[in-house]
Amino acid sequence: MSPWLEGQHEAGLRAAGAGGHSQLVRALPWLPLPDFPSGTRPCRGKQRGVQQPPRHFCFASLQLRAGKGVGPRGPHGPCCRSARRWPRTLTRTRPRARPDCGRCPAGGAGGPADGVWWDGKAGGDGTGSTAALRRARRQEQLVSKRLLRDDSAAEERGRDGAEIVPDPLSEDEVLELLRGVQRGSEDRKRSLSCLRHALQNKDTQQKFVRLDGSIRTLVGLFTSSLADVQMEAARCLHELSHSSDPAVAEACLPVTSYLLTYLSGHSVEFTELCLYTLGNLVVESEAVRKQLLPQGIIPVLASCIQSPHEAVLEGLGYVLSQLLQAKEAPTEIVPLVLDSVLPQHMLRLVCSGLKAGTGAAVEFAWCLHYIVCSHIADAALLSLGTLPALTTLLLDLASEIPLDAPEGLELLVCPVLRCLSNLLAGDTGCQGQIRDERLLVALFLILQSFLQQHPFIVQEGLWLLNNLTADEPFFCSALLALDLLPALLQLLPCSPMAAELVLTVLCNIAEKGPALCRQLHQALPLLLPALALPDPQAVGQGLELLHLLFLHCPEVAADFIRQGGQQALEQHQSSPVLQGRARALLDMARQPPGASATGPGHSTVSAFP
Amino acid sequence: MAMLPLPLPPGLRRRLQEGPGPPPPPAPPPPPPPPPAPPFAFTPRRLRLGLHHPLLEDGDVHRHLYLQGVLTSLAEVAERPKVSEFSCHISGCCQVFDTLEGYEHHYNTLHRNVCSFCKRSFPSAHLLDVHILEWHDSLFQIMAEKQNMYKCLVEGCVEKFKSSKDRKDHLVTAHLYPADFRFDRPRKVKSGPCHVSSPAKDGASVPMDVSVEMSEPFQVDPMETGPSENVEIPHPPASPDPATPEKRFYKSRIPSTICFGQGAARGFKGPRKKV
Repeated sequence: MSPWLEGQHEAGLRAAGAGGHSQLVRALPWLPLPDFPSGTRPCRGKQRGVQQPPRHFCFASLQLRAGKGVGPRGPHGPCCRSARRWPRTLTRTRPRARPDCGRCPAGGAGGPADGVWWDGKAGGDGTGSTAALRRARRQEQLVSKRLLRDDSAAEERGRDGAEIVPDPLSEDEVLELLRGVQRGSEDRKRSLSCLRHALQNKDTQQKFVRLDGSIRTLVGLFTSSLADVQMEAARCLHELSHSSDPAVAEACLPVTSYLLTYLSGHSVEFTELCLYTLGNLVVESEAVRKQLLPQGIIPVLASCIQSPHEAVLEGLGYVLSQLLQAKEAPTEIVPLVLDSVLPQHMLRLVCSGLKAGTGAAVEFAWCLHYIVCSHIADAALLSLGTLPALTTLLLDLASEIPLDAPEGLELLVCPVLRCLSNLLAGDTGCQGQIRDERLLVALFLILQSFLQQHPFIVQEGLWLLNNLTADEPFFCSALLALDLLPALLQLLPCSPMAAELVLTVLCNIAEKGPALCRQLHQALPLLLPALALPDPQAVGQGLELLHLLFLHCPEVAADFIRQGGQQALEQHQSSPVLQGRARALLDMARQPPGASATGPGHSTVSAFP
Repeated sequence: MAMLPLPLPPGLRRRLQEGPGPPPPPAPPPPPPPPPAPPFAFTPRRLRLGLHHPLLEDGDVHRHLYLQGVLTSLAEVAERPKVSEFSCHISGCCQVFDTLEGYEHHYNTLHRNVCSFCKRSFPSAHLLDVHILEWHDSLFQIMAEKQNMYKCLVEGCVEKFKSSKDRKDHLVTAHLYPADFRFDRPRKVKSGPCHVSSPAKDGASVPMDVSVEMSEPFQVDPMETGPSENVEIPHPPASPDPATPEKRFYKSRIPSTICFGQGAARGFKGPRKKV
């Protein structure tokens, strides 16, 4: 197992943490400087995100809008809406304050795009929300939920426009609301509205579900023949589903069979609401999943996926994506999904996502990623033609995106890249299916488009590049023939993982033999700085690369010394991880040109101080 | 630190428009390379990354933020066009609406899947079909005496049962359905004017009894418990008030081709007026 799979992250952090940053190192943007995005302020409410790995965070202050220094409305005001290719499904109201932190002032104008990765300026105290999110992700505690919210005019807005979450009600007040909706009166609709509004508050949610008969009442209203009562009850259930308390989700167990029943209905809005409610419940509680599976959720979703409505499809994708992320998914859920018609429809909807239904395509792309990660679906997916289909999608995407990719496409690109990479890495011997050099073209065009705003795409794209070049000389020569080497090298400073991957790809190429090594010779000047990177894993790959180059092209060694490589190697002689290889390279470099490279171990004593 | 644009060669995008290029000539498989001599260890390796691999972390966080609605998009949702008030076109139904969605939902709830025999409304065509078959098809009753005819309601389950009760037991034990599932009422033995039955006897409140007297909607509401403070939610049979006049306007099936033609993508809502 390649050592960099473990610990590289920690190693990078350790290296960065060691004292004595040089100016060069300081400028590299991935160092763990306080990564609070500039232009935002930490939530002044209870910062649950700090003490313990929390499951939800206050986002009201977080404006990760990738703007060019402008706020969310930015230059893309309503006049530009028609120019956007993303359907409306992505647009949202302003982020709402989470109940636990009370009113949170919104951040200032949006800072640099995804500033946390790029912005070297200190902007906070290191307890930024994004850092907390990363921590939660590392602990596998990142729970995402979607909230559909119908902003009626009656809702309060704070001075920045963010919604104000209502204060919690007392037990008596909640009981009063419950009575109000149980009474059959003209007021019932109004009571339901009040209840729905009140249920935005987490405490109220908990009190409500604890009241005797409350859920039964809601279920009754939810199954009412009065459409507007039914809709309002559905909205109440939706608020409950958004709770971060698993007990609330489990209190909603009685409603699941009805949620499923209504998925076969025809009201787009209602179906959509049911879907998102289901999805939220699914991610929150294993008990809910354990009930939904025998209730037949998979066949129902399989019928639903033939709906022509984009909103329904997007909600459906959301439910599936939550189901497929469950820890029991590989054994309990993925087999059922594979047995249904879902995979072929998912693939179809992903691949048509550039023209229409991009929101749904995004959801299904993530679904495919989770399915691939289950390890049991490779053969089924490959037989559906997933590899060529996703490849074509990337080609289409690359040929259509402008230099500055419209917002949101990265959410489609990311899982597609992951699916391709993981499928290629399987044991199925499928690499020959996509021997098309245009894939490299597309990949680099995509990297170029997203480099600025979404640098995480870089490492994911490089992972795909590694899997393409590892075993196939075809892609190695194609990369050089297409003159993509300069661009590849330009990606070195993106992040520690990117640096390591770039060097790994170069190793893949060099390993293919002298013909390709010679073409890498020209890159030598750019490799020297790589040896000064703070990340020992990346430097290690650099040393491996030099080894391959020296092995196949002895003239490279001489050039290397001429360009000051010796000093670059000597600085690593005290590093336990690197010293063996550094010394071996020094020995190789000092051998007379033309001498065959025998094992480097024959001389361990350096003649130089 | 702003990233410079990548130094890509010119004409790259054009390359995409062209075809895939000639297939590479089949080369003899290269001899396996010798293993690297220590201390060097590199061998090319395709990487399979699991769900929680660190490389995927940033992308996952981004996905999370998107779902949570934090990545504010470029524009607010367009206001739904408000239409002037209009009423349901089903004769006798006088509900009014000012949004298309409200009307659509009303129509689908009350008028779309309606049984012509007993006027009950169902949430889906499938349940309507089951109802018609089991309640109003005498051939079904005859055949049910000889073979298992009661199909399980769960999509994908092929079990059949000889009685409604057996089916309900199956729904509860195998599919974890609630015992009082509202869409699985046993058919009452007497077939009479189905809509008029006293609440106590008629266990068949397949809900959504249609009432055309929308001005008094609560008479049909199964949840109606009267003005009492009784919190007990009925599973009740709430039949319509027997005084409600019957209107027989409905065909047995509304064609499923009826659609509301919005076609618009819809998603997270912006400000709009409720029905």
